[in-house]
Amino acid sequence: MNDEIRQRRWTFLKQMMLIRRFEEAVATAGAEKAFPGHYHLYIGQEATGVGAMAALGPSDKIATTHRNHGHVLARGADPEACLAEIMGRANGINRGRGGTIHLCDPELGFLQTSGVVGSVVGLAAGGGYACKLKGDGSLTAAFFGDGALEEGIAFECLNIAALWGLPVIFICENNSADALGMAKGGYPTLVHAANDLRSIPGSLGIEAIRVDGTEVEEVHRVVAHAAAHCRAGKGPLFIETVTRRWAGSAPLWPELATGITDIGMATGRTKIDDGPHSYWYRHNDPVLKLARQILQDDHSARMQIELLDEQTQAHMRAVVERVHQSPYPELATATDFVFAQGAA
Amino acid sequence: MPHQKTYAAAFVDALLDSMSDDRMVTLIGSAPLGLGPERHLTEELRHQYPDRVLDPPTAEGGVASVGAGAAMAGARPFVDLLTGSFVYLAWTQIVNEAANGHYMSGGKLQVPVTYHCLEGVRGAGAPQHSQSPHAMLWNAPGVEIVIPSMASDVYGLIRTAIASPNPTMIFSHAKILGIESDVPPSRTPIPFGKADIKRHGRDVTIVALSICVHHALAAAVELAEEGIEAEVIDPRTLVPFDEETILASVKRTGRLVIADEVPQRASAASEIAATIAERGFDYLKAPISRVTRPDTPIPFSPALEQSLIPSARKIAEASRALCMYRNQ
Ligand SMILES: Cc1ncc(C[n+]2csc(CCOP(=O)(O)OP(=O)(O)O)c2C)c(N)n1
Repeated sequence: MNDEIRQRRWTFLKQMMLIRRFEEAVATAGAEKAFPGHYHLYIGQEATGVGAMAALGPSDKIATTHRNHGHVLARGADPEACLAEIMGRANGINRGRGGTIHLCDPELGFLQTSGVVGSVVGLAAGGGYACKLKGDGSLTAAFFGDGALEEGIAFECLNIAALWGLPVIFICENNSADALGMAKGGYPTLVHAANDLRSIPGSLGIEAIRVDGTEVEEVHRVVAHAAAHCRAGKGPLFIETVTRRWAGSAPLWPELATGITDIGMATGRTKIDDGPHSYWYRHNDPVLKLARQILQDDHSARMQIELLDEQTQAHMRAVVERVHQSPYPELATATDFVFAQGAA
Repeated sequence: MPHQKTYAAAFVDALLDSMSDDRMVTLIGSAPLGLGPERHLTEELRHQYPDRVLDPPTAEGGVASVGAGAAMAGARPFVDLLTGSFVYLAWTQIVNEAANGHYMSGGKLQVPVTYHCLEGVRGAGAPQHSQSPHAMLWNAPGVEIVIPSMASDVYGLIRTAIASPNPTMIFSHAKILGIESDVPPSRTPIPFGKADIKRHGRDVTIVALSICVHHALAAAVELAEEGIEAEVIDPRTLVPFDEETILASVKRTGRLVIADEVPQRASAASEIAATIAERGFDYLKAPISRVTRPDTPIPFSPALEQSLIPSARKIAEASRALCMYRNQ
């Protein structure tokens, strides 16, 4: 293994830990009823967002959905602005207008962050259209759930993207593998007639790849391949990343059923017992998985991993503290931003 | 010297000039003039900009979505959604995505997409090809709504729509494409939110939208023969909406008729009536009158169809009734 890969793994671990600790903070605040509304956590899918974002360039565009926190953080957004948005504060990344479902930073290349299931597939096709028109080699990446493929708009826009050869990477995060959500009446592919989701873009001639969405290096490799394909003018690509609905997560108001992540389960400090979540801890949790991979390569990294985790947790504690103290938007501004300035 | 042009010709001029000014302006949907006798005019667009005129699949939601996404990513697409009746298929993309984008990003995102459709009772359209979504869209904050009635306005309004940083929906009535009117010698954009007084008069204000402007002008000629001078106002844009010009007119005339070719309940006429009743009650010498369609789908059979839609006769009758009201 060369140094570049080693270095990249550390960057990945850092970002994935930030997302994990961020989402735990959101769930904690949610359980304390510190903010209203339902929300969707990215726990269990960190490897997909982080691996994919690392393969995109600074001028590439991104569209995402209700389950967006991990994408926005992986692209480099400030966690404090993100949490403030989720808590409806004036210093939120969208000034409290979007909330958890619509975290969006156009300066980082984000188009809409839409809560309308399926829309992202279409908006991303539009993003790809603009990228092609600009002719600067940029592309658009769409992140959406398997549920998006149940909507007609997905078919319409996959067709348009294929027909017009648009530079779009359609990344479908299928989090229904082993889903406890299935038993709970969640949103798995149980409600899809197509057993293999790749057959949907495949029927339109779009190359479709399936990858283990808990393996950050794998996701990164496949998305980098897709990006090169798009930049070479070969049109869209579809990637299904197979992830697992985080053990015990309810689809709308998630509870921390597996508890706060204990990085000691990767470093050997904490023993994993044979409880109901042992399979999750041993095999599915992408953060523990990556930490173990780093350790396998370098046993001396144990301290460094634990230190990184402590620093991340301390950082998030400070963020939570500040956000709790930050003000709500002025009521008189509630009707600002209906139209862009300079309107005719 | 002003000269005459059709609505369709002025429409195409606006697209040609917009495309020539900005290479990010493209046309998605190559038949914005429908299947009528004016459709050949769009050939010039395809001829001059072969790479920037695209024929999409029959996928109104998808096409609207591509337009919105492209605008978010820095393009300026003019998206034709064809027949107004099918705009409902694109509804979530216009109303949920394009219209909300700027607001829910806290002002960070701009969505400069322009949508267009041919709406209205076009003749033998039966219930499914005769709809007008402009009033429904007026209930969705975040979209500018443009409803040009003549060649003299359509050029300037389209130029402004394409240049606008906001999503804009342009509604052309399918029956006005071939109507000629004077166009100004210089081609300039028309600012949104400025109503146009198409005819001055002292006795009754007729606010008319789209094709109803033509009916209202014909009614005004009829009324003038009877000694009633009608003022005909064309708001031209519903968002932003020029309340002041209408209020000032009603202050002078004391009477208001509103003509809008959509079913009456929650029509644009209803909203205009409510606004003027709220802000101009003291000016009114008679109740406000709405000339709209009954709340019925449009039948195929020509005589039945004709009986339901606003016409010069119905507008003249409503105006006369208001002028009589004074004497009761
Ligand atoms: C058009 C639309 N219909 C219904 C919903 C309600 N809804 C919210 S999340 C969701 C399920 C999405 O499932 P999937 O795309 O697989 O994403 P996941 O939440 O599993 O990551 C649904 C149906 C919605 N947001 N939009």
